[in-house]
Parts: sequence; structure tokens; C-alpha cells
Amino acid sequence: MSNELIKGGAFLISQSNAEDVFTPEDFDQTHKMIDSMSRDFVHDKVLPRTDEIEAMEEGVIVNLLKEAGELGLLGVDIPEKYGGEDGDKISTLIVTENLSLNGSFATAFGAHTGIGTLPIVLFGNEEQKAKYLPGLASGEKIAAYALTEPEAGSDALNCKTRAMLSECGNYYILNGAKQYITNASWAHVIVTYAKIDNEKFTAFIVDGDSPGVSIDPEEKKMGLKGSSTCSVIFEDAKIPVENVLWEIGKGHQVAFNILNIGRFKLGAGCAGAGKYVLANAVDYALQRQQFKMPIAKFGLIKGKVADMAILNYVMESMLYRTGGLIEDLLSSLDLEGEGAGKKIADGIQEYAIECSINKIFCSEAFDFIADEGVQIYGGYGYSMEYPMERAYRDSRINRIFEGTNEINRLIIPATLMRKAMKGEIALIQAAQKLQEDLMMPMMPELSGEVLEEQENLIENMKKVFLMVSGTAVQKFGEAIQKEQEILGRMADMAILVFAAESAYLRAKKIVQQKDETAAELAIKMTECFVAEAVPKFDLWGKEVLAAMEEGDTRRTMLSALRKLTRFEPINLYERKRYIAKEMYEAKKYFVLK
Amino acid sequence: MKTFVCIKRVPDTSEAEVKVDATGKEVDSSRFSFDINDADNYAVEEAILIKEAKEGTVQVICLGPKDADVMIRMALAKGGDSAIRVEDPRIFAKDPLQVAKVLAATIKQEGDFDLVLTGCMSADNWNMAVGVALAEELGVPHAAMVNKVEVLDGKVKVNRELEGGLSEVLEVSLPAVLTIQTGINEPRYAPIRGIRAAQKKELKVLGLDDLGVAEDEVSEANSLIELMQMYVPELESKAEIIEGEPEEKAEIMAQKLVKGGLL
Repeated sequence: MSNELIKGGAFLISQSNAEDVFTPEDFDQTHKMIDSMSRDFVHDKVLPRTDEIEAMEEGVIVNLLKEAGELGLLGVDIPEKYGGEDGDKISTLIVTENLSLNGSFATAFGAHTGIGTLPIVLFGNEEQKAKYLPGLASGEKIAAYALTEPEAGSDALNCKTRAMLSECGNYYILNGAKQYITNASWAHVIVTYAKIDNEKFTAFIVDGDSPGVSIDPEEKKMGLKGSSTCSVIFEDAKIPVENVLWEIGKGHQVAFNILNIGRFKLGAGCAGAGKYVLANAVDYALQRQQFKMPIAKFGLIKGKVADMAILNYVMESMLYRTGGLIEDLLSSLDLEGEGAGKKIADGIQEYAIECSINKIFCSEAFDFIADEGVQIYGGYGYSMEYPMERAYRDSRINRIFEGTNEINRLIIPATLMRKAMKGEIALIQAAQKLQEDLMMPMMPELSGEVLEEQENLIENMKKVFLMVSGTAVQKFGEAIQKEQEILGRMADMAILVFAAESAYLRAKKIVQQKDETAAELAIKMTECFVAEAVPKFDLWGKEVLAAMEEGDTRRTMLSALRKLTRFEPINLYERKRYIAKEMYEAKKYFVLK
Repeated sequence: MKTFVCIKRVPDTSEAEVKVDATGKEVDSSRFSFDINDADNYAVEEAILIKEAKEGTVQVICLGPKDADVMIRMALAKGGDSAIRVEDPRIFAKDPLQVAKVLAATIKQEGDFDLVLTGCMSADNWNMAVGVALAEELGVPHAAMVNKVEVLDGKVKVNRELEGGLSEVLEVSLPAVLTIQTGINEPRYAPIRGIRAAQKKELKVLGLDDLGVAEDEVSEANSLIELMQMYVPELESKAEIIEGEPEEKAEIMAQKLVKGGLL
């Protein structure tokens, strides 16, 4: 491992080393034990109660959260001093993955441990932490996070809720309404935002039973029917001044930082759920007989199973890579004393691009997996008697909450350009160097080493990204903000680069740590993923260049694009049949042979 | 109470397809996930319940590879105090008598004891013999298939499950070996705090030389059993459909049963 920390977004302009990425194969004994325990807990305690959860039977989720709390599953991110486990971010990922097999429970768990509890962990003062965190860690108290308002969704800072200091100076009087608040009906603690004196956007910790706080009836939702989602109404709600969270007028620091972590954890939830759907689909495909044989034997079903497995592999690879980056950064900080939380939040902010990428990729991958899960189940997939119908409905919200995928797509290029302007990453220099590189012949000498071609293709994908982005910035300057279609494609490219590279680096690391036989599945999954990613760069590159350039310049750039996206097709069907066969034999998702 | 609990790492055969490897004598375990043997998990819980009620110590013993450390530490995370893992390629672990010899030597090396608990059988080999043989090796009484334990002064009162739902109640003087049935308790989950604490507890790894056991005593060459072959029985589905009126069908069926020696 190199000692230098890897900058957020740097993957787009530099080559990464397999030794520097964290992978699930790097789990230590504690990780493995937490993995095993949390999985057992969900399989034994949560999944058998799915019907009760979905029917919103009173107390079921709250009691399950309490049981989870007793095992420390709610306190992974909470310091030991406040009753938590002080776990690393890898443990956070593991627990989040495993606790996300039932969407409704996952949402209650995620809102509680993530956006509900973390604002106090990271931005609370000593008294606030001592007062709230032990109960939140044990599950005696449930947390909710109330940011969204009827007219302030993606535009969160446009909040209408107001806070006025009371005459006695002891309270803030809150008035306003928050909407779509997960855990609302059973929350004891609500982290919310209001503008003091109409302008200072500020975070507050609100006790659920404060006078003037009321909860509207449950929303009727498409999915996650067992989770609680209500509006929270503040009518002259009296909030003690000591419940101001962080600094007055700096609520945006809390809000945006928390969303970074929320996004990263949401990705983990999608990965856990995706593996569970795959295991169910494999099991069903092996049992379901048509034309006197299990449908698993059919090539088109094998293709679906392989595609689902590949996406699971890529999700895991990028999540644990990101977890490793954050963990490396956090362990380099001095986290003693006041202000440690803010340092952690800033640390995670460094990887805002990666967090958004995880959120987008994993929510879309899980949507695909759930959709194909329904398809494999056929008519049974459409029936509420079988698990796929619920997975399909539950999956959809992931592309909407914690910042829509559209907002997250805009965050990626915006953050990248901000980092470039500040000189934090050498994006501009890389784009300039690319101009020279494009003049050079582009057929590298291949020595025949495994995945060498994929490595080369991923580097070319980065070049396409740089070519398109560099041209866009040159052409539009600041006005690029108005070119959302181009920014969206830049994001799409960044996402696929990170995804493909994470998959590649993990496979390579398995080869290095073990051998090619052990890495066979990882290699084949990487080959398939890269082979299907490169043509998208060709398509997207043409699309964006056609919108920006004309005449000779366009022709020259298209010719460069052609060179960068040229590759020898591989036999995908053979590889996918192999991947499916392996999943059938294991009857679940797995990687390491 | 000084209690030992013996656990085994076994594959989860319910998940993946069971295949025999090229030697014809081993199961291909490449796709299995492994966990603590189910009955042993109940034995661990029972040992910890006894420790919680009567104080004392729980020591975990496992004959198995390094990968078993996760399961051993899980038992420590639940309340076990220390552990010994025995690993030595010279041990013929397919013979329950050899395994019992190794476990007995390990326990003896640790001095006196009150109780040794182990699962009543392992989910992979189904011999149901190690616990009983272990009692013999240690020269102490035993009770097998125990589904209730009550610790009294110098003895334990145990219930054993018998065929047909019968229960037998025994008093066994200590020290003793009990083989524990699944369902005797509800095994707890190891809390994360326990998991972290378990990383710091002692886990000794010993081989035959450390135990003072001669290779001859536990090797395959000196085992009284020899594994000949393992195979997955072929699935056969032969059916003969008898046609005709009900009386005719009954007649033909009866003849076939008589002819086949079944009536």
C-alpha cells in the first residue's frame, strides 16, 4: 500500500493500483464475524416476519431495531464513549448490506443509523451526543431525518420552515412542514432544518414529543409498505436553544455532508438486496420446470443470471473500494476531542464524487436486478405471493431518495470541476496532456497478461471522458452549468470508469493474492462488464461531440474517439454461461473460487 | 465450573450442490460456505448459560483448519474465555476414535475439568460417536443426546431424548461429557462488542507434538476404519403404469407384490 492518500475523483486522471484498493477478499476476522452475525440475525429474525412488517403491524420494526441495537448493529458508526461500537467504514458497509434484504426494514434501519443518527455523531456537541447517542445506539430511541418539504425537494435550501427565538430566549419556535419523512411515526428524535430569521438555514434536533410537533397519517406508497413515511408538522413547536445542531446558519454543511454518507450507505443497501434477489432467482430458475427441464438451463435465463451476478460483483467492488478510501483517510486523522465529527464529515466530503457514483450505480443496478428477477419468475414474479413483486416495487425509490440520480449526476462533474479549479486534482493538465497523446499511435504492446486488455480499455475510457469534458469546459466555460445533458453524460462516463476499474482492480488483486484459478469468476465478470461498457463510450462520445463541435474539428475528434473505443469483441455468451453455471452450483452469488 | 466445549467447522450442504471430488473420497467443498456445526452451536450456548449461572470458565476446543478461527472466535465473542485449535495433517479426522483421542489429550493437558460439552453429532459425517468416545478416553461418564441440563452439587441432572418422544432423566456425576441436542436452548448472536473483545482472547494453535500424542495413535494407517468410496446415489425414477378397470388393476398389482416378495 502506498502511504499517500488517494484524492477523491483522482481515479479519472490517473492509473490506480490493485494493492491500493480494499476488496471483500481483504476482510479481517472481525469483518467476517460481523458479516456472519448480521446475516444470521436478518435471516432468523427479520425475514421470517416479512408479512408482519409489510402489514405495518405495530411494534414489529421498532422491536427488531431494538434487537439489532442490543447486538451493536445500530451503533457501528457511533463512538464507544456514547454506547456505540466505533466500527470502521468496512463494518458499516457489511452491516448495511446484510440488514437490507427486506426493503422496509432496510429503510427504517438506514434512516435511523444513517441520516437520522449521523448528524448528531458528526456535528453534535458533547452534551447533545451524551444525551442522544446512547439511546440511538441501543435502539431505545429511533431517529428520523426531516429535510424535504413540499416545495423543497432537490432544492433543499429553499426551505420554508421558519425558526424564531422565543421572547424568553430559551426556545426556537418552529413553523413549517416536512414531507416524506422515513420513520416519522415512530421517531423519538428528528433532525430537521429551519431558517432562523428567514435566512439562516440551521439544523435542529427535535424530540418527537415536543409540544407543537405532530405527525400526519402514513403516505400510501408504491413500495416499502412496511416502513413509516409521513409528513412532520411544526406548529409553534418549542425547541430548546441547546438543540441547535452545529452552527446557526450552517445547516447546509450538516445537510450535504450527511447526504454523502447516506448515498454511500444506500449503495450498500442496494448491493445487499441485489445479492438476495439473485439467490432467490437462481433458486427459482433451478426448480421451475418448463419443456421438461429447469428454466435455468436456457441460454436466455443464463444470460440474465450472469448479468445480475456481474452487477452484484461490480457493486461490491466499487463499494468496498470507496469504503477503503474513506477508511484510509479517516485513520490518517486525529479524531480526538471536539471537532472530530466535522473532520470525519470533511473526510467523507473528499469522496463526494465516489459517494454519488455508488448511489447512482447501485440504485440502477439493483433496479435492473429486481426487474430481471421478476422476469425470471415469469407470472409468479407478478404475483404478490412471491418475493420478486415486492423487491421490484421496493427498489424503485432508491433512484429517487438521498438526492435523485439526476441531482447526483450533476454533483459529479460539478464537484470534479470545483476540485480542478482549486488545484486539488490535475484535471486540466490531464486534458492538455491528452491532446498530445491523441496524436500518438494508440496500439499498445500487449504481453498477453490476464486482463491487460481490459486495463488498456479502461484507460481509454478515461481518455474519452477527458476529451469530452475538456472540450465541454473549453467551449462553455462557466455556462456549462446550463448544459445538463452534457454534464449528465460526463457523469455517466465517470460512473462507468469507476465501476469498470473497481471490477478490474479487484480481479487483479485476487490474481495477485491467490491465482488465476481463484480469480476465474472475477476475471470473466470484469471482461464482460468492460466489453459492454466500451461501446457506450463510443455512443455517448459521439452524442456529446455532435452537440458541441462541427466540421473538421468534429471529424478529428470522432476519429480519435473511434480509436479510443476500438476493441476486439470477446465471446460474451460463453463467459456468461460459465458465470451462470457457477451461480447455479453455489445457488447464490459468489466470487472467489 | 470449568467447562470445555468442543466444536467443529462444517460445510453448509443445504446451499450448494454436493459433489465428490476426483479422489472419490472427499466432498468437493469449493462452493460451500462453512459454519459452526449446528449442534455444537447449542453446546456453546449451553456452556455459556452454565457459566453465567454458576460462574467458572468456558474453553473452546476445535480440531480444524485456520478457517475455523472465525467460528472459534464467535464462540469466544458469545462468552467463551479462551480457545485451543488443534491442527495437524497427520490426524485422520474421518475416524471419530482418533478425533476423540486428540480432543482428550488437549483437555487433559489443560488440567482438571468439570464438564465437557459437544454437539450430539456433526452435520457432515453423522457418526454421533466423538462425544461418547471422548468420555471413554477421558475415563468419565457421559450422557448423549441431552436436551436439558441442570447443574447440581457434584453432578448434573440431564434429560435425554429417546425414540418415540420418550424422555429419560439421568443424574451423572462430574466430571462428565454431555453431547447436546439441537433445540436445548436458543443460541445467542455474538454482539459486535463481544466480537471485538474476542479478537483479544487467547487462541492457542497446537499440533500432535505439543499434545504429546504419537502419530501412530491417530494416523490413517492405524485407524480401524478405511474410507472406501463416497458417491452421490443416482436418482432413478422407474414407474410402471397399470392399465385397466379398478378390479383388474388391483389383481395385477397384488400379483406383482407377491411376486416381488413384498406380500
